[in-house]
Amino acid sequence: MPTKPEILSSSPTGRSEVVLDIDQLAVHFQLQGGALSRLFGLKARRVRAVDGVSVSLKRGEVLGLVGESGSGKSTFGRALLGLVPATDGRITYHSQDRGERRVSEMRGAELRQLRTDLQMVFQDPHAALNPSMTIEEAVGHPLVIHKIASGKALKTQVAAALERVGLSPVERFLPKYPSDLSGGQKQRAVIARAIILNPEVLVADEPVSMLDMSVRAKILQLMLDLKQEMGLTYVYITHDLASAKYFCDRIAIMYLGRIVEIGPTAEIFENPRHPYTKALLKAIPEPDPDRMVPRDLPRGEIPDAAEPPLGCSFHPRCAEAIEGCGWESRDLRTLIEEHWTRKVEAYDDEKAVIGDLGSLDQPSTTARIGAGGAGQVRALLDRIKAEKPDEPLWKGVRDIEDAGNAVEVHFVPADAPKLRRAGGVDVACVLYPDES
Amino acid sequence: MTDIVDERVDPVNMPGDVVLEARDLRVWYATDRGPVRAVDGVSFELHEGEILGLVGESGCGKSTLGRGLIGLLPEGSARDGELRFRGTDMLTLKPREQHAMRGRDLGMIFQEPLTRLNPLMRISEHFAETLKTHDKSISKAEIERRSLDVLRVMGIPPTRFHAYPHEFSGGMRQRLMIALTLVLRPPFVVADEPTTALDVLVEAQIIRILHDLRANYRTALLLITHNLGIIAEACDRVAVMYAGEIVEIGDAREVFSRPKHPYTRELLRSTISLRTTGLNFIEGAPPDLVEPPPGCHFHPRCPDAMKVCATRHPVEREHAGGSRAQCWAADFKDGLAADVPESERAPLNREEISVADEA
Repeated sequence: MPTKPEILSSSPTGRSEVVLDIDQLAVHFQLQGGALSRLFGLKARRVRAVDGVSVSLKRGEVLGLVGESGSGKSTFGRALLGLVPATDGRITYHSQDRGERRVSEMRGAELRQLRTDLQMVFQDPHAALNPSMTIEEAVGHPLVIHKIASGKALKTQVAAALERVGLSPVERFLPKYPSDLSGGQKQRAVIARAIILNPEVLVADEPVSMLDMSVRAKILQLMLDLKQEMGLTYVYITHDLASAKYFCDRIAIMYLGRIVEIGPTAEIFENPRHPYTKALLKAIPEPDPDRMVPRDLPRGEIPDAAEPPLGCSFHPRCAEAIEGCGWESRDLRTLIEEHWTRKVEAYDDEKAVIGDLGSLDQPSTTARIGAGGAGQVRALLDRIKAEKPDEPLWKGVRDIEDAGNAVEVHFVPADAPKLRRAGGVDVACVLYPDES
Repeated sequence: MTDIVDERVDPVNMPGDVVLEARDLRVWYATDRGPVRAVDGVSFELHEGEILGLVGESGCGKSTLGRGLIGLLPEGSARDGELRFRGTDMLTLKPREQHAMRGRDLGMIFQEPLTRLNPLMRISEHFAETLKTHDKSISKAEIERRSLDVLRVMGIPPTRFHAYPHEFSGGMRQRLMIALTLVLRPPFVVADEPTTALDVLVEAQIIRILHDLRANYRTALLLITHNLGIIAEACDRVAVMYAGEIVEIGDAREVFSRPKHPYTRELLRSTISLRTTGLNFIEGAPPDLVEPPPGCHFHPRCPDAMKVCATRHPVEREHAGGSRAQCWAADFKDGLAADVPESERAPLNREEISVADEA
């Protein structure tokens, strides 16, 4: 039985050198506003897919980026290769042969050249392979593009790469089209194409999540073997904490464009600190019949990255939230809707008291609600509070003021927590004192 | 955090009446190369308030079985055997009668909720359409009452009743799909990979909702998934499917702690979980179901294969602990196949499976 190899966090010489240095990387996407909003000069919305991420990748290590969809992990991985331009921040690649290079400032030909050193494996092997190219053409294509080999040399190198990823006898696979291959075989071909240029760093974006569970372990084993043989460095992007636990030396947990916790794999799993990390760990379905369906999981889903929550992005779903987490108007809307979900029968009457909830959608630490008299609104809020007195939102309410027919709820303002040292990891959460 | 559901019954200790019973059920597809035996002689029953998990690799017939039970099969396919819903063999009914049962008696939850919802219709209109199909005289107030009731159980606020599908997040859409299925209160529901497109936290929420269906509605649920973790956490019983057959079926706890069939065992071993300390995998891939291997269909990939496995199809037998499995090796281990001669028990010289011959 193959077992987990020793952690190779340093280079063969024992030095722990950095191969990729990412400093305050931001990738924002501009959303196209409607014609009217542009006419009136309204601010176009920006999706902050990656929002100030700093991390350095050491030669020979496997860094895991773990998060839900919408956490920005894939965008981050693409930005490392220059596949999406960085809006802000720096990516520095310390090449073994060519010295220091700034990925974040590269364009065109320079970027293409970079791909001989930094390569990517995508999630869906079927979409990553051109259906009209044979495996021989597809795997050899990087050599042709970079004019490294042609003719007989090309064929020899392709055969060697296929051999390396286990697609042998090679003659059987060379003339095949992607549609002739199974999912696992296609992913092997994609990996062969990624390693044929002998890269230093491989960014693998969910390389096994589209595959059947019976082959996932096989592909991960292949990647571990290749890492040993070729001295590769991996960035492993996944939503699957279980495979990350096995595969990675270090893990960064991402949420809404930021790293919320980063540290050595063992420490993250034995002693998770961020409430989000704890929730992820609890949610993984384990093939253990003694475990029951977990009940105390965060509500809701990952929010809109164009309008992230105020304060800590995770606070609306956080079970451990306190007053200084960034409570705001939209949280109050969620709370009122949850109340109506439980008490459908009260909905019609209470809606008349509360009025339109639309005004709460504008993120603010002041929430103005009510249409049927301040006294009635206060009474309703008291009823909602009495239903679930330990709801963390109430901790963030500074005061409630009458404002004519409505009331104004004032929340404690808060900034987004920065990464800080806590034990063996860095965590972005106000529950841990900022030691710096 | 909102705990809307309360657990009123414990169905494990209270098995209800049999809702669905399949006896030697077969679903075959016609192709140019001959019939594909996607489901080939499957027998099981499902009780009120019970969740049966169905696992196996892709291409083993899980989805075909799920659709076959509902009768949602493409042209050129045929069902045979017995399929009883509350005692009535559905395969003997006229197509019109079968059609009327779908939705009302037999529900289905699909994997991709967005492709099943009409983007031009409000959620309220989806509910109205569903309810009116089965009861033309239903009043508007009754539609709203029943819809909001089931939405409450799914945790969707009444403020969103008139919203359009695109205004919901992925997890909310899957809740809507489940709500649309359950508003008709079908006693039997098939959920085909209901969480595969969802994130782990949302997946856990949906699994919890499905798990609580038996308490809220006494639904008999067939949960199709490739995720053994979900089966372990949510299901009472589990059926393991390989090459069109159920190779092992039993109490989930028993099957996970003492798997009888080597396929079940290897499937469990190849799953990467938080407790994984080494990588394991099953060699090869599931067979072509036009021409499955002779004898036990799993024998070319089976580490325990014996001579008899390559020639004689194993018989389903009940083992200690209550699991039923079809496997010669398991039979011998439990002293159940005395009639097979000693010489047939020698290990099978298997053909080498190439590393790349995989799923």
